Amino acid sequence: MPPILELRGITKRFPGVLANDHIDLTLNQGEIHALLGENGAGKTTLMNVLYGLYHPDEGEIMVRDKPIRITSPRDAIAQGIGMVHQHFMLIPVFTVTENVMLGDESITNGVVLDRKKVAGEIRELSTKYGLEVNPTLYIKDISVGIQQRVEIIKLLYRKADILILDEPTAVLTPQEADDLFQVLRNLKARGNSIIFITHKLREVLALADRITVLRLGKVVGSTEPKNTNSAELARMMVGRSVILSVDKEAAKPKDVVLNVQNLVVRDERHSIAINDVSFQVRAGEVLGIAGVQGNGQTELAQALTGLRHVESGRVTVLGHETTHATPRQLFELDVAHVPEDRQQDGLVMSFPVEDNLVLNEYYRPPFAKGIVLNFDEIEKAAAERVREFDVRTPSIFVKTANLSGGNQQKVIVAREFTGPIKLLIASQPTRGLDVGSIEYIHKRIVEKRDAGAAVLLVSNELDEIMSLSDRIAVMYKGQIIDTVNAAETTKEALGLLMAGVHGDGKTPALQPQTPEQKAETHHQ
Amino acid sequence: MIGMVATSVMRKASDLAQQQRWIVGGVIVVVGLLCVWFFGFQAPADAVSKYRFSGGGDPIQLPTLELPTATTNLILSLLLIAFGIYHLVRGLKNSAVLFGVVAFLLLAIFLTWSIRGASLNMTGLLESTLIRSIPFLLGALSGIMCERSGIINIAIEGMMLTAAFVSVIVGAFTDNLWLGLAAGVVSGALIAGVHAVFSIRFKVDQIISGTVINIFAVGMTNFLNLRWLTVNQELNDSGTFAKVPIPILSQIPVLGTILFNQIVLVYVALLLMFFVNFLLFQTRWGLRTRAVGEHPKAADTLGVDVFKIRYINVIFAGMLAALGGAFLTLGSVGRFDKLMTNGRGFIALAAMIFGNWNPFGAFGASLLFGFMDSLQLKLQILTSVIPSEFLLMAPYLATMVVLAGVVGRVRPPAAEGVPYEKQ
Amino acid sequence: MAEATASSISKPVKTPAPRASAWRDILNTLTIPVLAIFTALIVSGFIIAFTAPTVLTLLPNFWEHPFQLIGAMWDTVITAYAALLQGAFGDWGAILAGFQEWIATGDATDLFRALRDPFESLVAATPYIFTGLAVAVGFKGGLFNIGVEGQLFAGAIASAWVGFNIEGLPWFIHLPLALLAGLLAGAVWAGIAGVLKATRGVNEVINTIMLNYIMFLFTDWLLSESGPMRGSAGAPRTPEIYPSAYLPRVLPDPVRFHWGFFLAVGAVFFVYWFLWKTTVGFEIRTVGASPTAAKYAGIAVGRIFVLTMGLSGSLAGLAGANELLGLNHYMVAAFSPGYGFDAIALALLGKSNPFGVLASALLFGALRNGATRMQSLASVPVDIISVMQALIIAFIAAPEIVRWIYRLRVPTQKEQEVFARGWGG
Repeated sequence: MPPILELRGITKRFPGVLANDHIDLTLNQGEIHALLGENGAGKTTLMNVLYGLYHPDEGEIMVRDKPIRITSPRDAIAQGIGMVHQHFMLIPVFTVTENVMLGDESITNGVVLDRKKVAGEIRELSTKYGLEVNPTLYIKDISVGIQQRVEIIKLLYRKADILILDEPTAVLTPQEADDLFQVLRNLKARGNSIIFITHKLREVLALADRITVLRLGKVVGSTEPKNTNSAELARMMVGRSVILSVDKEAAKPKDVVLNVQNLVVRDERHSIAINDVSFQVRAGEVLGIAGVQGNGQTELAQALTGLRHVESGRVTVLGHETTHATPRQLFELDVAHVPEDRQQDGLVMSFPVEDNLVLNEYYRPPFAKGIVLNFDEIEKAAAERVREFDVRTPSIFVKTANLSGGNQQKVIVAREFTGPIKLLIASQPTRGLDVGSIEYIHKRIVEKRDAGAAVLLVSNELDEIMSLSDRIAVMYKGQIIDTVNAAETTKEALGLLMAGVHGDGKTPALQPQTPEQKAETHHQ
Repeated sequence: MIGMVATSVMRKASDLAQQQRWIVGGVIVVVGLLCVWFFGFQAPADAVSKYRFSGGGDPIQLPTLELPTATTNLILSLLLIAFGIYHLVRGLKNSAVLFGVVAFLLLAIFLTWSIRGASLNMTGLLESTLIRSIPFLLGALSGIMCERSGIINIAIEGMMLTAAFVSVIVGAFTDNLWLGLAAGVVSGALIAGVHAVFSIRFKVDQIISGTVINIFAVGMTNFLNLRWLTVNQELNDSGTFAKVPIPILSQIPVLGTILFNQIVLVYVALLLMFFVNFLLFQTRWGLRTRAVGEHPKAADTLGVDVFKIRYINVIFAGMLAALGGAFLTLGSVGRFDKLMTNGRGFIALAAMIFGNWNPFGAFGASLLFGFMDSLQLKLQILTSVIPSEFLLMAPYLATMVVLAGVVGRVRPPAAEGVPYEKQ
Repeated sequence: MAEATASSISKPVKTPAPRASAWRDILNTLTIPVLAIFTALIVSGFIIAFTAPTVLTLLPNFWEHPFQLIGAMWDTVITAYAALLQGAFGDWGAILAGFQEWIATGDATDLFRALRDPFESLVAATPYIFTGLAVAVGFKGGLFNIGVEGQLFAGAIASAWVGFNIEGLPWFIHLPLALLAGLLAGAVWAGIAGVLKATRGVNEVINTIMLNYIMFLFTDWLLSESGPMRGSAGAPRTPEIYPSAYLPRVLPDPVRFHWGFFLAVGAVFFVYWFLWKTTVGFEIRTVGASPTAAKYAGIAVGRIFVLTMGLSGSLAGLAGANELLGLNHYMVAAFSPGYGFDAIALALLGKSNPFGVLASALLFGALRNGATRMQSLASVPVDIISVMQALIIAFIAAPEIVRWIYRLRVPTQKEQEVFARGWGG
């Protein structure tokens, strides 16, 4: 039987980057094909080409043995191709029904939208595939896990039989991911063909029938789960053997630096994001905050760095009251912060590198006298920091936007790690970076720990948390469900905690929201 | 334990809402008390406010409503206080109702006081309210169509001004009002097309693009007005549309005069309001329009042509604004005067915001602003406590208040102002 | 690549760019604005030609006498633009003659009469400099101040009030006081929008538009029959200010050139220094470039919004004060021909750079002044200038059009600022 989908020699160039370099890929009817690769390997680009969002510079696409041109998502949909994007393509103020029908609406009386009919179809699909949703709810009122179901229903509603899922588990607990896998196997059993994009080895081995590994825009190889193992896949992904653990000595914790008591914080929608959280971080130790994305980690980091209002509770840094401190006051207390979104929060992309290197410190001597800036000093310090932290830039006057992602992060690290920092709060410090930059930044964080700084590390990457942390606090629905010793725990144990399952085996309700949170939402 | 924390925090959130409720309710009560004192007790004891509803020639004569000024205002003020207390204690969910009731009572009090010892032709006032609100409504509908698809439209003023000019000159030249109207609408579509190309194709900041159109429209109409119309007066005399009474319905007292004895453009505008509402919320086009205005990328991934939707909506919006502009000339005075839109396009923008980007809400706001407009004209004749300029400020002030979220909250389409970038 | 960069890093000396490339940079930055102005003049020329009554009467006979029509169009445009140029830059023959007469007889009357026109261009440029700076400062801080016109009115009202209400002060107190009043009034009026943005997150564009109309109506009321600032005269205007509050003239009559111009140029240097050489300026530019990064860097973003609006408004207020104290000496309802709206074009044309704004303001001042002459000599209505301005903004904002017309290549580096936001911003 010929493959249902075949990509031949797909090449896509962006200014300065060869994102896809003559990629070949075949997808057979009724298989789950995993596309594996690290960040920036070109997986998403390839799938966007297939879905008509990008136009390839070279190569051809065959669907059901016929060469076709896909110039827009409309063409892809017509060929039975559907895609669940990494960032969901849902309209928050529309209902589930409206989101599903958009672009392929049912009509009655010639012009009027037939919401009832579509809602009925959604209910049918729900029961058929085990994707429970209420079609009349608004997207903004349902949890991320359910939103993903809506995304899948959108494809099924369009009768897509070639399904592409881009990093679908990033927002799910390991257990929710298992549920998703069950749905996907169910879909496969009914004859659908699935491309599953991921950088997580566990998922590939658990789910895929075949695996294709991408690196730096090229296909490194194809294999099957039964013929391979994690180490080999990791080597294919990165191009060399990866030391997953960071070389560090045991921590020697000293005095308490950061003390958080009964912290309560709200998110943008005013529902509770952090619910009565208490913990301490001591000098010379790394406390890792683990958890599935969206369980309050972002808000925690923001609250502790003065970027988010604290509803109640108390925060102190070295005994100073900092519950409602501004970012500036915290900086004055030698608190450093590597923000989660470096391009949005960490850098002014249109400014030269030198300005970004003093972005937190420009206002005080020696960089300013009164309100007048001292450019000689700024340039001197910037050049020094560039040298010390090995930022690869043609000059300190270059626009920061022109640097690579890894070098942009180094600019932030160079700025934040300079000086006698007492507390370091690092959010997703290596997200989206290549392995070389990741290793460099990990080394620097451990250095700061050994120099006596308290480090709070927030990361969605369990590997990163496990290799850097001395203690790990797991967040679940805005609370710290447990704190464990990093040396004594396992990935599986953490996975259970991330899903809200305590060591005592108690399972929390599998509802998307706790009753309290539900009440909150309705209260709005 | 966790539950306790959660509820205590919840109480905090409702505290906030309650705080706002108390402030608003308190203000209403205080204003009500001031009304009692000023418009009730201060009114001459024997003064009577007369509301007339029938003109001399009407076949059915309605009795004139003669109200003792002081007593009426006392009752109305007490109602206002009661309403404020109700909001304070129970809280009103629907801010439109809250605003509507307060505005109505305040205006009634103010009006009754203003016409103490005199009489007011209520039918005339309401009719002029409707007529004055029509350009606001059409402009607001224009803004709604445009902005619901994600393109900011601050060029309503420029579109109206252009169409007002073009429709007069073509109407006078061809001696045909309908041709004038058509030409005006076409000019609106063209100028909106420029806005669309700038915003969509060239990804120009939509506020800058709108400003360009406003400056261009002012410059061009002034230029051509001086160059052609002042020397050729006959080109600036198009005549106006005649009223078309609707059989039977126009015979209804008061309501018939106000609603069913108007020029065609008024009926068209009102029908367009229903049409736009239906289009936006019940049809395929509307669903796609709103999707494109909220999250164009999501719409794009489902095969919706973002650019096409935006182009067509913007051009349709231009035609709606043009109708509003033509209404000012062909629908009322039959000639063009320099800068004759006089900020109406921005009041329309205010009405759109005030109505939370909904056609009916915008119409409500247009009526309110139209009422202020006609009231200040009436009050120039009567003695008034408030200078007419301050009444005219009302639309602008009200918009600022609403935007600041003091009373109610409005939410613009999420993707508004952001050019859509296809990879 | 990595090696090459590493070596350049080790020398942190500010290396001046090679001369040739510096010139190319300047040329590159100037290309679009110059072509935009040029194209706007051409298009306006066509508008002037095609709307001329002489041309219109010839239009039906185009096929019989095509050259007659083209000739008429040419004549119209040349007459108009010649008048514009003469109005803008003066009659140099007359100036020379006046100069000779002054040398010969010591009588400078004719000289100053001839000098009136070119200096009038500077007089017209003065409010443009202030208002252009006001918009530019807003842009730099990420704010779109469409309310410059209203703030200008506020400034004029306040300085008028100080000007005619306080008697007996020496000029060196009265004048600064009147200027300060204008500055503060503009700052406060703009500051309202800034405060609402900082505290309630309300978009400043709508609020400044609304504040404009509120201020216009407020002015109408002040000058109305029962208004508190109505002068004794029958017209809707304030009393005249005392001479002690006048911005003095630099040259004798009839040259109206006054010290306000130098004040404006001073403001250019001040704004440049403030934005690029001080910590507060750094904060304003950081907030303008990325409010989130600014917040994270410890900058009080809300305070900077208010400050930026205040600074912008104070420049707008100074524009009003300058016109009132330097030229009109009393306030009327039709006080400004739209300086505040033209200012948006100026700021865009000058790329929000104070010196760019200065250059653009001088150009617009010359155009505005020349257009007056064009209206009287060639009977081309002065409003064509607004059309020209709209065209210039359009071409600057959409450089693709200009590049397409002149077949220019797209610059390799992405140099144009992305400037697009929604109401939410």
